[in-house]
Amino acid sequence: MNIFLQYILLGVAILVAYAVLALILIYVERKVCGFFQCRIGPNRVGPWGVFQSVADMVKILLKELVHIDKADHVLFRMASFFVIIGSICTFAALPFARGVQAIDFNVGIFYVLAVSSLGVVGILLAGWSSNSKYSMIGAMRSGAQLISYEISSGLSLMTIVVLSGTMQLSEIVEQQSDLWFIFRGHVPACIAFLCYLISGHAETNRGPFDMPEAESELTSGYHTEYSGIQFGFFYLAEYLNMFIVAAVASTMFLGGWQPLHIPGLDGFNAVMDFIPGIVWFLGKTFFCVFLALWIRWTFPRLRIDQLLSLEWKVLMPICLVNLLLMAVVVIW
Amino acid sequence: MTQLEQLRTAGYDFLIDIVGMDWGPDEGLGVIYYLARSYDVADTISVKAVAEGGRENPSLPSVSSLWDVAQVYEREVHDFFGITFSGNPDLRRLFLRGDWVGFPLRKDYDPSVNHVPHTDETFREMDGEGLFAGDKYVVNFGPQHPAMHGVLHLRVSLDGEIVRRVDPHFGYIHRGVEKMCESYTYPQILHLTDRLDYLSGAIDRHGFCLACEQALQTEAPPRAVVVRTIFDELTRIASHLLGWGSMCMDMGAVTAFIYAMRDREKIMDIFEETAGGRLMVNYSVIGGLASDIHPNFQRRVREFIPYMRKMLREHHLLFTGNPIARGRMHGVGKLSLEKAISLGVTGPAGRASGWVNDLREVAPYAAYGQVEFKQKIRTGGETFDRYIIRLEEIESSLHIIEQLIDNIPDGSYAEKTKAVVRLPEGDFFQRVENARGQFGIHITSKGDKTPYRVKFRSPSMVLVGALKQIAPENKVADLIMLGGSLDYVIPCIDR
Repeated sequence: MNIFLQYILLGVAILVAYAVLALILIYVERKVCGFFQCRIGPNRVGPWGVFQSVADMVKILLKELVHIDKADHVLFRMASFFVIIGSICTFAALPFARGVQAIDFNVGIFYVLAVSSLGVVGILLAGWSSNSKYSMIGAMRSGAQLISYEISSGLSLMTIVVLSGTMQLSEIVEQQSDLWFIFRGHVPACIAFLCYLISGHAETNRGPFDMPEAESELTSGYHTEYSGIQFGFFYLAEYLNMFIVAAVASTMFLGGWQPLHIPGLDGFNAVMDFIPGIVWFLGKTFFCVFLALWIRWTFPRLRIDQLLSLEWKVLMPICLVNLLLMAVVVIW
Repeated sequence: MTQLEQLRTAGYDFLIDIVGMDWGPDEGLGVIYYLARSYDVADTISVKAVAEGGRENPSLPSVSSLWDVAQVYEREVHDFFGITFSGNPDLRRLFLRGDWVGFPLRKDYDPSVNHVPHTDETFREMDGEGLFAGDKYVVNFGPQHPAMHGVLHLRVSLDGEIVRRVDPHFGYIHRGVEKMCESYTYPQILHLTDRLDYLSGAIDRHGFCLACEQALQTEAPPRAVVVRTIFDELTRIASHLLGWGSMCMDMGAVTAFIYAMRDREKIMDIFEETAGGRLMVNYSVIGGLASDIHPNFQRRVREFIPYMRKMLREHHLLFTGNPIARGRMHGVGKLSLEKAISLGVTGPAGRASGWVNDLREVAPYAAYGQVEFKQKIRTGGETFDRYIIRLEEIESSLHIIEQLIDNIPDGSYAEKTKAVVRLPEGDFFQRVENARGQFGIHITSKGDKTPYRVKFRSPSMVLVGALKQIAPENKVADLIMLGGSLDYVIPCIDR
């Protein structure tokens, strides 16, 4: 009975953290985007508009779920759950600080890659079941895009697995206590980091890779027909996926919750240890999120053929060679 | 027809406009063709053709085989006057529904026949007798679509991501401006001209004032001429900024759009101070200006010029050099010079294909003769050329303003005109260079205080025709981008 209660509490905690983080991310995005565009961003609800996304959440909860004529209703309703469940499952595996991790498999990184691809199914279903031509095109694009970019994101994470010799996320973070992998892994780790940022960004369906949504072409792509909280699920999952990609990047490359240590400088290392792990983790993650926002609000959108040739002709070969290079580095 | 064929062979390869006419029961129906040669667009001739078959069954031979643009012009005349053009391959109604009764611009049209709104909306009517027969995936872009600049409706046949065919459908916001003009006095019509191409409203209105002044054989005082020119150029900058911004947004760069809006705001503020209006400035009147310039006008325009130059550099930094943007625009949507001329694509889009057609240089009106100005020409005809030429034209507009702003002559800002303006009997045609191309005004007057017939040449309508030509075999994303690169404004089409 006791362990049962523990599971329930854990589940609730993850869901609350998920929702709160999504609200924070939406606010941060709107504010940051506002500054990029010489605007102020939300500033009415609460001081500096901090409650804007809370207000938006309340609004979206109260909205009507529009009934789509001739849509496949079972799949249509199911699709948004696929997307959000995939995202929550990935979220649960993130090591926030020492011991603060819900799922810690010995194949942790493999698990992250596996459940995060569940979202593709949801997106394809959403496009297929909506009975809308725009949604259909969006879903097809998204299928092609996500499956392609999964490869190079997987390969660049494998590079780190080769370096660390383990797939367990807690172990990977632990190994970085002396020096983060991006510094320890020489050139291949830096290349892998860049490749992961690009392909991870593409997996989150955000500009310049937002072809599945492409509001100027497909109105909203696969979620054109969704409304209310069903749309909210897609929206939430999109923001949290951005966070998850950033969190995985910081866990694998930037030492996760480990403070910045420089071998030999004991005084400096001791000072860094005073900052708690969760601050380090969130700090690094939000730094990566900021990079994503910067890209998002600067670049125009790619075309679908350019997007795919970027993956298959540029990123994937680089990642493969890089993996080999890392193996050579490790053997030496 | 033979006469037109001879003219076409003699080098008149630019069909400016076809004006449908109803000369009344005696003379009947017909059209007026305005023609020019592409290497000398200043020199125009007009050809009048009376339809055979009386009012019951008027018909004329089609000239769509001579000029590509005639196809859509003839559809318009057919729609409003009921003239059949034998030989035109696609003579559907252009603006009105297929089941509309009567032809509204005929003088004997009875408006009570049609009940607006219609309730029996059937899509069969606009299907154009199986235009898309055999195409499996036909998608409607518009009339409500985030990337359609206004309420344009494109029916697009897709093969996966590839566009196979585009059929523009006009008329969603047609207001019947040309018909309204026939019952409005000339000063009243001025207010309608601002609302055609609302982004170059000041220029269109200037054009109408010039047409009336030409007919009345008066001239605006030098002060008004210079101020009008400055206003035109400011309008052009504002329009090009918006065109640039919305093209960038069509390609997914939202920030660029906001940057453009930010700079455009400065111009709107200048307009507001002097004219009261921001978008519709309502500033030129027949014989001069509605009011004198604001005391701050010159100072603020002088301040704006270096600001805009600085921001132009920023725009280039943000977007022009961007590898994704370059990759998107490179090699897409080529419009050849011959096609541009045959389609009548004037303005920046035509000049990007290498066609020297800027009326400000080849047929200077207003104060353009007094300034040093060389039109921008590019020869590529690709999307990037159409993109970059707008930014280049902003720079040349700044140069024009720079030369005029310190030399605004003193004196009155408007000639005295009579309270009731009556144009002498005759046909008058005037063109001005607005931000999208040549905007033409045809006025037929019978000496009354209202015109007998007014026709506006819309450069935007031609641009949509160009889109129809260059979009097929490109991707969906490119269709939207090409629309942005042509930068049409729908209210100018749906007059």
